Amino acid sequence: MTAATPTAPAQVPAPAAEYHQRWGGLLASEWTKIRSVRSTVWTLLLFVVISVGLTALFTWLTVANWNGPQAAPRDARVAIDPVGFILGSGLGLGQLTLCVLGVLVISTEYSTGVIRASLLAVPRRLKMLAAKSAVFAALLIVVAEIVVFGSFFVGSAILHSHVPVAVSDHNVTRALVGSGLYLTVLGLFSLAIGAIIRHTAGAITTAIGVVFVLPILSGLLPGSWGAHINGYLPVQAGELIGQQHPPAGGDVLSAWQGFGVFCLWTAVLLAIAGYLLRRRDA
Amino acid sequence: MIEVRDLTKRYGDKVAVDHLSFTVEPGRVTGFLGPNGAGKSTTMRLILGLDYPNTGTATIDGKLYRDLPSPLRTVGALLEAKSVHGGRTARNHLLFLAQTQGLPPSRVDEVLGLVGLQEVADKRAGSFSLGMSQRLGIAAALLGNPQVLLLDEPVNGLDPEGVLWIRNLMKQLAAEGRTILVSSHLMNEMAVTADHLIVIGRGKLIVESSTEDVIARSTDKSVRVRTPDAARLTELITAAGGAATPGENGGGAAPLGAPAPGNGADLLTVTGLPAARIGEIAASASVVLHELTPLASLEEAFMELTSGSVEFGRREQPGQVVQAGQPGQQDPVNATQGGAQ
Repeated sequence: MTAATPTAPAQVPAPAAEYHQRWGGLLASEWTKIRSVRSTVWTLLLFVVISVGLTALFTWLTVANWNGPQAAPRDARVAIDPVGFILGSGLGLGQLTLCVLGVLVISTEYSTGVIRASLLAVPRRLKMLAAKSAVFAALLIVVAEIVVFGSFFVGSAILHSHVPVAVSDHNVTRALVGSGLYLTVLGLFSLAIGAIIRHTAGAITTAIGVVFVLPILSGLLPGSWGAHINGYLPVQAGELIGQQHPPAGGDVLSAWQGFGVFCLWTAVLLAIAGYLLRRRDA
Repeated sequence: MIEVRDLTKRYGDKVAVDHLSFTVEPGRVTGFLGPNGAGKSTTMRLILGLDYPNTGTATIDGKLYRDLPSPLRTVGALLEAKSVHGGRTARNHLLFLAQTQGLPPSRVDEVLGLVGLQEVADKRAGSFSLGMSQRLGIAAALLGNPQVLLLDEPVNGLDPEGVLWIRNLMKQLAAEGRTILVSSHLMNEMAVTADHLIVIGRGKLIVESSTEDVIARSTDKSVRVRTPDAARLTELITAAGGAATPGENGGGAAPLGAPAPGNGADLLTVTGLPAARIGEIAASASVVLHELTPLASLEEAFMELTSGSVEFGRREQPGQVVQAGQPGQQDPVNATQGGAQ
């Protein structure tokens, strides 16, 4: 590498006195950040492969074991809510990759020190967080809807001989579009956890704990109040939107109510993240 | 112009910056000196709005950093800690910064050319050497063509070529009327780069003055002498009230750019006599001199300043400290050292 002779930096258009950081630039900047690291591509690829792959595998296993020994209760559940079954089989695990990506989008800024460069460029910290969240949500909604519909078409094709289900059936469009929305909000939920905790490992553990462990613990709570607590937990409430029909006995919340509760949880976490981002030393 | 007023920052019960006030004027390189842990980096982070002060304010052209409408067009900063994602290319790192300021992508190519990184623009920053990383940091600082630059230890770990490059760049940027604040713990680097010095220790201001002034305060002056007849000259110097020790004393005292001192038998370090007097003594005794270099350096001035102000009672030879005039002009009698003989 040869040392360049220092020359005056070329003339840059002088900033207009009234120039203020525009949202367009901030969104473009966050998009550059998110597309220019390998972890984004790999996690999203993993999301597609796990979701679609496991949907195919589990629906195939179910079909192969249809009317098998002790399969009756399960077969009955699949018959009531085939969409919930198809989406739950692959996306149930696939959604973990989105939790990881949501955390990474912000936690790697801290682990690499990029957060300092980011905040020097955008010292209005909430603007930076808002732009990042918006760009991440826009990316997720596109990828998630594609994966949800893809999983559904694969799963329903395999299940077709036993429980035929089509997009035009009652509640199916809502369940599919809603599942894409749920996954998008789950990504933001994880981003908020990453912004609050700021350490990758701790934040991923927390996000996975909320998605997988918390429901198991709250499921142990007895009685109707236990069921109510369980029903209002973020992921439990959010997942309702992916059901075609509620199970026998019904749910505490309706599909959209559940989604609303999940959005509320996410909004609260994002608000805490924003408050801490503004208040803490970077 | 950077104005720091009564700035204090505590981390837990540790005071990193302690009621610090100073002003950084445009048109010159201002050196920000202090031993490790003196609070230089913290002060810069406070000026840049990354950390929040407990008391006081730091403003740039009268504004808080966070109130600058397009900060990178006003202030460029190179922080000591890395702030680049190793998996991102140099170009994309600069691009995302440029986009926040509404700067065109062509500006990214310009600064990459300016720092000599155009050939590795599309390589991941994680593969960069320390020198290349520093250049990328400089490119980010220059991206918005700012009038104010804060550089935290910019020559750390650079090879001589890189050191020279940054030194010239800073001087040129200052000559263009910009405000340059550059921190370092390398005193001699500052001696050749900075026009003005702000010296801090334990978060407190020790001296804010021109570089010349600070050097002039150096009282522990020594002179490097090379002669083929070291034994004879040592006798003469001792007889004249000075002290001569073989070799180089207290490493690092040589001004940057001077030839390597080596450790030959012909080398003496003389204290207690100014260079002119040593020359006269040698001439009158017909002793040949190959070199006669006054070593009044910023290093010494700095050690003295910080040892006096930072850790009371740690001055090793209090008798050495005498009032200084201009370097090389002091009365030899007054400069006679108590402890050395």
